[in-house]
Amino acid sequence: MTRQALSAEQIAETLQKTGPKSIKDVKIKTWTEGQKKTPVASIWLRTTGESLIATIRAVIDIDYPHLSVISGVDTGDVVELLYHMQVFHGMPGAEVNITISVPVPKKNLVIPTISHLIPGAVYTEREKQEMLGVTVAGIPDPRGLFLPADFPKGVFPWRKDETGIPEGMVKSLYASGRPEDRPLPFVKPKEKMVKKSEVCAVDAVAPSEPDTADASQPEVTTHVE
Amino acid sequence: MSNKPVYTIPIGPIHPALKEPILFTFDIQGEVINAVDFAPGKVHRGVEWMGMRRNPVQIVHLCDRICGICGVSHTLAFARAVEQIAEIEVPERAHYVRSIIAEFERIQSHLLWAGVAAHELGFDTLFHLAWRVREEAMDVIEYLTGNRINYGIVQVGGVRRDFTEDQFPRIRKALETYEGLVNKLVTLFLEDTTIKLRCMNTGVLTEKDALELCTVGPTARASGLKMDVRADAPYAAYGDIDVKAILPDVYADCIKGDVYDRIVVRLFEVVDSVRIIRDLMDQMPAWPVLWETRYAKILSTCKKAEGEAIGRVEAPRGECFHYVRMNGSEAPQQWKVKASTYSNQMSWLKILQGEQIADIPIIVASIDPCMSCTDRVTVIRDGSPDVMTKDTLHRLSVEKTRRLQA
Repeated sequence: MTRQALSAEQIAETLQKTGPKSIKDVKIKTWTEGQKKTPVASIWLRTTGESLIATIRAVIDIDYPHLSVISGVDTGDVVELLYHMQVFHGMPGAEVNITISVPVPKKNLVIPTISHLIPGAVYTEREKQEMLGVTVAGIPDPRGLFLPADFPKGVFPWRKDETGIPEGMVKSLYASGRPEDRPLPFVKPKEKMVKKSEVCAVDAVAPSEPDTADASQPEVTTHVE
Repeated sequence: MSNKPVYTIPIGPIHPALKEPILFTFDIQGEVINAVDFAPGKVHRGVEWMGMRRNPVQIVHLCDRICGICGVSHTLAFARAVEQIAEIEVPERAHYVRSIIAEFERIQSHLLWAGVAAHELGFDTLFHLAWRVREEAMDVIEYLTGNRINYGIVQVGGVRRDFTEDQFPRIRKALETYEGLVNKLVTLFLEDTTIKLRCMNTGVLTEKDALELCTVGPTARASGLKMDVRADAPYAAYGDIDVKAILPDVYADCIKGDVYDRIVVRLFEVVDSVRIIRDLMDQMPAWPVLWETRYAKILSTCKKAEGEAIGRVEAPRGECFHYVRMNGSEAPQQWKVKASTYSNQMSWLKILQGEQIADIPIIVASIDPCMSCTDRVTVIRDGSPDVMTKDTLHRLSVEKTRRLQA
């Protein structure tokens, strides 16, 4: 199989031509780094849940993608799923990142699985089910992934509405404070002061100096106790 | 064989062979593994949730603590994503500092893995050697950043510490040490009869499976997938120098995608990393290393930023991926972390199938999982549960080595 690399513009054009009509907001971003300013391109596009499969198929027709991950954002009325993948990997400098964004309305949180096209997607689809409460229709393995078995039902950590993590589940350990029946923590006397008093001892005394030495002493004794 | 009953064996969630907990369930028929299942999430800490309640400068330090080995990869990936959103131009020297630290991280991570692999095979002399020579990379990292792990060197917009000219001799000394060790390590790991017996044709992952299961890093490359973020989508200073994906054919004649090939890829990546660090040091541009030294300015720029971006980095184990979306508030609206093992775990289901119980430790370890396995295995035989400890499992593995040697 010989693969012919296409530029980001060509890929975007091909996707719009061969992909489903619902592809819109196609943007190409380029970012450079290093002294030579090597450009790396990424394509961002939107599609709908119904034409997700067709869009992925259109990408596979260009080059079999490496699916990085599916991420998701709760934007209020919709949960936006983002399918991040790269085409033309293994071709130095030619790799293009494609992000397919799919808004899924909260009223009907269902998205078809893409695991029959990309088998490795099951893992990240399982994560989306438990983290965002999205139902992936046709997923071969619907079990949870990261959350413990006794995690409350109907709570989705990445959601920003009432189904997100409730206040009561958060343990604010920083707010627990220090126990009161313990001695105060040791505070090291300031280096400068010690030096001064030493110098004073040798130089034999200006009247204000012994005071500073006294002031630092009690702290030291508390620590020894 | 088919009349033997099938037993279900859980392994995990705690197992010192791997570095973090995970639960495996094996269906065993006789000595052969019929099916595999695994349940991660035993060390889920909700880092993403925490991050969405913090500002980018705080998240940088949270990223340092996602993984103990990939201390710079996650931070670098996150910083790159935020820099793209806020359109911060990172000083050129910072790219070089980032790359040099990332390469030392690769050296120490691969040697750590090599040691673990040798130990899993019952070859403890090699394990001690690998971990001893790893210390050289750890010492340099500590010398340069002040820390052995959790380097705290990457900041949004650059790096927090610079390398000075008088530090270069120490770096060069470390590189010379590794150059002198290459032949020894190659002989010990790749020409050893025992390692060949145990690793060749064990845990095979075909190129097609590697692609379809979305594997990354050395696991993918050992199967013949020429995939390396450093070469494919150059970031930091990697665009300025010559980086190629290392495939097993640099040493072996053909690519099989077995455990042995994974050793080959990792060892030769160490060799390549040494070369890359030399190249980077030769063309390091001048100061500065941070786009803005005042934290308040960094924070206010991030706070104003709106948009979304992806930061990808080739971590020692493969692609490390961060997606960040900012909406003009202090904390990111969404932050998704995808570590390399996340992509590689699915391959276990394929590579463990049909192998023997004694091969479990080395095959599971062969993808270099940043996550873990077993302290005790409960084997249910004839209905009476019998606890098999890690020692027993390890002994089984060592016994197999001895059997093959005889």
